[in-house]
Amino acid sequence: MIKLENVNKYFGELHVLKNVNLEVKEGEKLVIVGPSGSGKSTTVRCMNFLEEPTSGHVYIDGKELTSKNKTKLVRETTSMVFQQFNLYPHMTVLKNLTLAPMKLHHKSKKEAEELAHHYLEVVGLKDKAHVYPTTLSGGQQQRIAIARALCAESKIILFDEPTSALDPETIQEVLDVMIKLAAENITMVVVTHEMGFARQVADRVVFMADGEIIEEGTPEHFFTNPKNERVKQFLGKIIR
Amino acid sequence: MAGLLSKDAWIKVWTYRNTFEMGFLNTLLTAAAAVLLSMVLGIVLGLMATSGKIILRGISRVYVEVIQNTPLLLQICFLYYALAFSGKSIGIIPTGILSIGIYHGAYMAEVIRAGIEAIPKGQFEAASSQGFGYIGRMYYIILPQSIKIILPPMVNQVVNLIKNTSCLYIIGGADLISQTYNFVTGASTGGAYAPAYIVSGLLFFVICFPLSKLASVWELNLKRRDRRVQKNNGEGRMMEV
Repeated sequence: MIKLENVNKYFGELHVLKNVNLEVKEGEKLVIVGPSGSGKSTTVRCMNFLEEPTSGHVYIDGKELTSKNKTKLVRETTSMVFQQFNLYPHMTVLKNLTLAPMKLHHKSKKEAEELAHHYLEVVGLKDKAHVYPTTLSGGQQQRIAIARALCAESKIILFDEPTSALDPETIQEVLDVMIKLAAENITMVVVTHEMGFARQVADRVVFMADGEIIEEGTPEHFFTNPKNERVKQFLGKIIR
Repeated sequence: MAGLLSKDAWIKVWTYRNTFEMGFLNTLLTAAAAVLLSMVLGIVLGLMATSGKIILRGISRVYVEVIQNTPLLLQICFLYYALAFSGKSIGIIPTGILSIGIYHGAYMAEVIRAGIEAIPKGQFEAASSQGFGYIGRMYYIILPQSIKIILPPMVNQVVNLIKNTSCLYIIGGADLISQTYNFVTGASTGGAYAPAYIVSGLLFFVICFPLSKLASVWELNLKRRDRRVQKNNGEGRMMEV
């Protein structure tokens, strides 16, 4: 479904992705973990070309993603949930959810609104359709952002640290929604520090450090028997 | 001093009041057309300045720097005499519209650039991640948010532009300031310059003052709204990274 092939990314002199090769299968739940600055976010942002690789190839659904076709290919295949939610503050929740379906996916207003109400129900915020995003708590905003991503009905949803900007008491409500989604046949790539979530929903965990993938495997393998020293250290610090 | 504002002088100004009328109309016409031109230039150059294309940003930057760092008077004279001596004179008012529009276009461009750049990067990214292209991104997501930031300084630029029509004086324009000069040396109108300049100033004031006020009211509302938004996000979780 998604394939990164020898992807390198430089920010100026800084080599943030070093020859990353990664394949995500259809319906797979892939969780990317690792210390900050390890290139996790950049990796996931390469998957929809928010960052264009300096070299290497990205394939979505067998098609190579290029700067020419990115708008169309991304529109048809992927959605993203951001750390900072990035809801559109000048629109109500309903408008946030219906904008792309109406303007990009050629749905009628009625269809788009039905879709929006459906996904608002999925994330448990049916009563918030007509409020502005800034009146909501962080956890609620992120659930709206997930609903917005779902309204595109993409096969792939990318999550870039979806709970890192949240108050501790609202993290779980967002994770619960994501766990619910994981039961569907959506391909999910999740960058997160939530190890409990990784253990619970991941089909595969990838560990990155210094721009490289240094370990990958099933959650059982990853959490109980990692080979790499860096991973052991990391897990030792994060899981108490 | 009393003689300057004598009854006779005021009577003279009143008698030849149509002099102001003509100047005032010319000033308004020049200003209105120049505002339009400066806005078109400002939008195009402002968008160029915020685009990813380095060459477009370069062009916009050079334009803004050259125009902002040379006097308007020089630009007016340059355009006027260059056109006149090459036999392509287009007349004083069109020259004025063109040069003042070009001059303020540079300032409008900066206002628009700042308005677009004030929108958090995440908004651009969210729009791109949904599959909006450049135009959709700007039209549905960025500009509706920028417009509130852009409007107050833009109105201030309009005020400056109106006042700057007075520069047409240097090429012998028929604008309000040039017309007022008739009361300094004019055969039948001369000597009444003191009341004449007061009247002229008042005419500028009645146009510019409401606009300035409008701009500051808008700005105040914007600040109030921002505070409200911050309060709603009292938990401090809307920080930009």
